[in-house]
Amino acid sequence: MREIEYREAIKEACIEEMDRNPKVFLLGEDIGVYGGAFRAYKGLLEKYGPERVVNTPISEQAILGGAIGAALTGYRPVAEIMFVDFCTLAMDQIVNQAAKINFMTGDALHVPMVLRTQGGSGTGIAAQHSQSLESWFYHIPGLKVVMPATPYDVKGLLKTAIRDNDPVIFIEHKTIYLNKGPVPEEEYTIPFGVADIKREGSDVTIFAYSAMLLKALAAAEELAREGISCEVIDPRTLVPLDTDALINSVKKTNKLIVVSEAVERGSVASDILAIVNDKAFDFLDAPVKRVCGLNSAIPYNSKLEKACVPTKENIMQAVKGML
Amino acid sequence: MGKISKEMQIEMLKKITEIRRFEERTVQYYQKSKIWGYLHPYIGEEAVAVGACMALKKEDYIISTHRGHGHAIAKGADFNKMMAELFGKSTGYCKGRGGSMHIADTELGMLGANGIVGGGLPISVGAGLSCKMEKKGRVIICFFGDGAANNGVFHEALNMSAVFKLPVIYICENNLYAISMCARESVAGNDIAARAKGYGIPGYKADGSDVIAMYEAVEKAVDYARKGNGPSLIEAETYRFLGHHPNDPALYRPKGEAEDEKKNRDCLKNFKEKLIEDKVITEEQFSEMEKEIEKRIDAAVEFAENSPEPELDKFLERVAINQ
Repeated sequence: MREIEYREAIKEACIEEMDRNPKVFLLGEDIGVYGGAFRAYKGLLEKYGPERVVNTPISEQAILGGAIGAALTGYRPVAEIMFVDFCTLAMDQIVNQAAKINFMTGDALHVPMVLRTQGGSGTGIAAQHSQSLESWFYHIPGLKVVMPATPYDVKGLLKTAIRDNDPVIFIEHKTIYLNKGPVPEEEYTIPFGVADIKREGSDVTIFAYSAMLLKALAAAEELAREGISCEVIDPRTLVPLDTDALINSVKKTNKLIVVSEAVERGSVASDILAIVNDKAFDFLDAPVKRVCGLNSAIPYNSKLEKACVPTKENIMQAVKGML
Repeated sequence: MGKISKEMQIEMLKKITEIRRFEERTVQYYQKSKIWGYLHPYIGEEAVAVGACMALKKEDYIISTHRGHGHAIAKGADFNKMMAELFGKSTGYCKGRGGSMHIADTELGMLGANGIVGGGLPISVGAGLSCKMEKKGRVIICFFGDGAANNGVFHEALNMSAVFKLPVIYICENNLYAISMCARESVAGNDIAARAKGYGIPGYKADGSDVIAMYEAVEKAVDYARKGNGPSLIEAETYRFLGHHPNDPALYRPKGEAEDEKKNRDCLKNFKEKLIEDKVITEEQFSEMEKEIEKRIDAAVEFAENSPEPELDKFLERVAINQ
């Protein structure tokens, strides 16, 4: 199968959906000639023109309000917020408006919009450009939260997100845009709420998503050489969450490690613990272990930055500590 | 006033009366605890919504505020569904989920009231984008208050709409009070309309107690928008006859101010007297009209009273599906 970059897969998804449905359009900061901060939209302005690739001022509230209003009136906008950190500027539009309009209006109105953004650390851009804020959105009823780790997943899930009738928060990771992976030429979509067992194993289940999935896979690979068999499960979508797949894996391995780059306190990882506690406590041979980001802002210095988020070694250590 | 037909003038008077009587009744039922939560009566400001919505076509959009009943009625909302919603019943506009601040009607292009001050401003940008992309000459009126004009979203929305020449008519209902904060003390420059100059768009004040003046001002802005020239900002000088909500005695207003407004700038009283003087309508005809309206409101109350509460099972079913 051909291999393409994560960002190329994003572009392909947009092109296919824009060609399929004239109501799909893109808006956001620097997405015109510049092609987006990570160049995922390179060439799309030339291809579709400024009405479908709307290059906006730095106005996060108006960008997301722009998406909501267009979605309410028959369009399917894909709004880009350059960094998940900048969503803080528009939380009213996300939390009070997009997430609740369908609910509040008794299902009369729908908001079929995608908020594409990216988060995570690893590039030395410090505390206001490196956060992992998925738990904020995960916490809000009415939002779907998607965090794809591979080119295959990002393409299939973005297509599904664009076709969804409700708001989808689509969070990419800034360190993986250039990663290559197999993506078929033929069209496909990936349903929400279906986890992917990225590696089968029998000793421990590692639950990980986004860039941390790649670290978990690397850890599992190395542990395999030492004779430890890890099952690595990628939820791909945090909301809806494939609880069944998670529980089934726990029933098989009887041990669970949850890996996340986000600050541990109040995290999605903590909620996974609670879910497993509720639904599979009797199958656990050891307490569930979290391997998460420190309860800290992300520092600039590379050595300090690395210390704030889980490493392959941290994951391996956690696995070994459990056996 | 030459081009405004007698029929249209009568229709305006009828709509103003509808809103006045409907709102009076909601206050009564609020005091009887049939309506609870928040209620923000539009009494005194009726000419703004009526003058504005009369300048629209059925397919045009409006987006409203927390004080939104008048906008909904002016756009043609159904009394039964409104009253039932205020009573929290399953037959209401929002199936009892939204209440006073979230009434929306897709068929009328009513994109929803809003519980957040300024919340609708960014959304109007999106509806404006879709009107522009659609190329059918549709426009949207965005209602907001003097309080919202001091919120950051005001700037983002007006700037982006102006940059993209979107067909949005921004109507600031300056009723002088944002809850208790007086516009004289909170609006820098004390001239909201003048802020339009900074965006390079038309901005003007209109007498919000005069439905004809409102109609003419909005008609001009609608025409300007339909021709593709972009947004306008109209500052409707109006007055909230009651407090922020029925239990607010509005002690923060200078003595005599409200009495003076009610005596001299009552849009219903003044317009009715004018139409009688101009022999457009007789006192008897007006009484008939009023009786007819009261009957419809009686029917709406009866409908609301007799409607079933939302079913808890159905609600919980929806919650489960949308996990």
